[in-house]
Amino acid sequence: MCGIVGLYLKNPALRPHLGRLFAPMMDEMTERGPDSAGFAVYREKGGRDEAKVTVCSMTPGYDWSCLAREAGEELGTEALAEPASNHAVLSASVDAAALRDWVEARHPELRVTSSGAALEIYKDIGLPADVLGRFGVAQMAGSHMIGHTRMATESAVTTEGAHPFNTGDDLCLVHNGSLSNHHRLRDWLRDRQGVRFQTDNDTEVAAGYLTWRIGEGASIAEALEAGIADLDGFYTFAVGTRDGFSVLRDPIACKPAVMAENDDWVAMASEFRALACLPDVEAASVWEPEPGKVYSWGGSA
Amino acid sequence: MTVETIDLDAAGVRALNRRLQGRDGPVAGGRFVVTNAKGRHALAVGLTEAMDVRIRGHVGYYCAGMNQKADVTVEGNAGTGVAENLMSGTVRVTGDASQSAGASGHGGLLVIEGSASARCGITMKGVDIVVGGSIGHMSAFMAQAGRLVVCGDAGAYLGDSIYEAELFVRGRVESLGADCVEKDMNGEDAARLDALLAEAGMAADAARFRRYGSARQLYNFRVDNAAAY
Repeated sequence: MCGIVGLYLKNPALRPHLGRLFAPMMDEMTERGPDSAGFAVYREKGGRDEAKVTVCSMTPGYDWSCLAREAGEELGTEALAEPASNHAVLSASVDAAALRDWVEARHPELRVTSSGAALEIYKDIGLPADVLGRFGVAQMAGSHMIGHTRMATESAVTTEGAHPFNTGDDLCLVHNGSLSNHHRLRDWLRDRQGVRFQTDNDTEVAAGYLTWRIGEGASIAEALEAGIADLDGFYTFAVGTRDGFSVLRDPIACKPAVMAENDDWVAMASEFRALACLPDVEAASVWEPEPGKVYSWGGSA
Repeated sequence: MTVETIDLDAAGVRALNRRLQGRDGPVAGGRFVVTNAKGRHALAVGLTEAMDVRIRGHVGYYCAGMNQKADVTVEGNAGTGVAENLMSGTVRVTGDASQSAGASGHGGLLVIEGSASARCGITMKGVDIVVGGSIGHMSAFMAQAGRLVVCGDAGAYLGDSIYEAELFVRGRVESLGADCVEKDMNGEDAARLDALLAEAGMAADAARFRRYGSARQLYNFRVDNAAAY
């Protein structure tokens, strides 16, 4: 099964309340995915041209300030680590790829869950309500969020297997369903196109595919259009970019999705009940996204 | 007659269904309004008496399943499997319905004023379904009896592997499924369709619909096809 949710704020005045609006949506999808949960939040720091990577440690009490100090010294800039539970956001005035490369090369004991200018990804095992509380989601501000509640059927219940997946700067993907051609596609993307993967998860391959397409110059909508032909399997995808949000269901449409939109926000969820908590939802336009049709919002979409 | 209001935020789904199924006292002839649906699943299922139930707001999966005699109206959209296995009575959705609307229904009438998505009327066994808008792909798959009326368009593979049901479509049919063919529509067929449209409260001219049904080529094993097995 699995539940997915997404919320994109059209009205900037709501941004301070993003997490408060989003947390009950994800909590409502607990019955579809009670074993682990993850979410992506997009929040610009503003001002400086800064990169951030979200990192996760399996070691309790990890010394994040030491990591920031070391990163600053070795990269020749000021670096900051902001911890949240077993994750931390490491930020510095460098290129996002350079920061990610540094963490992966110098600290293999850490796992990078995201990199970019606005994106942060947090994920962990446990009930969605516990995960939401652990990371203080209700207090988060930002422009858009995407979340996933997992009921693992094909692989173990681990933090690594939880969604969202990020393979390129500021791009993330959550997925309800399963892909059947991910094995060969992963090999091709890794060996021929240099896309990096962390897991054997099928969803990570879809994220890597979109990263590759965008790297070739496609918009997120064009990349998803191409994915209809190249990705084989069952899926409802919700995709985040730095300033955009997209939804796609496979042409057979076995996996559910509902969308709602008004002047202030656009939201998607596996089931309407996850949208029922949104302000003025009863007056919003509510519809089921059509199979094989790409829906996109936001600037670069 | 007084109207009994049931607030789902206070009562919960189990209490609602217990009340509407008559397990807390007589319900025949009653009028009920259900508030705060909020996409909850399995609302007003298994009703067996004639009564009027109005559900305010969008509902989740399997609303009004297995209904007998009751008239259930959803004032909003319905999730997967609305009115599945409908036996009798009427279920009306004022908005859109998700997939598998009216699945395996044996009788009664399902009216969807908006559109229905994929697999509408899948394996229908005698139910009448009238859709004001369009329907998605694989609708009326393995339909056995009853009528599916679509005022808009039908998606791909309409009536795939159909046995005996009548399909009427006013708009465009993207494609017909295996063994589903267009059939002549005579004056008697149009009169029956007119009556059904009137019963559903749908303002549409029967003369503008096309009629589809089974070519009856998949009923029996054909030795010519032996190599395919």
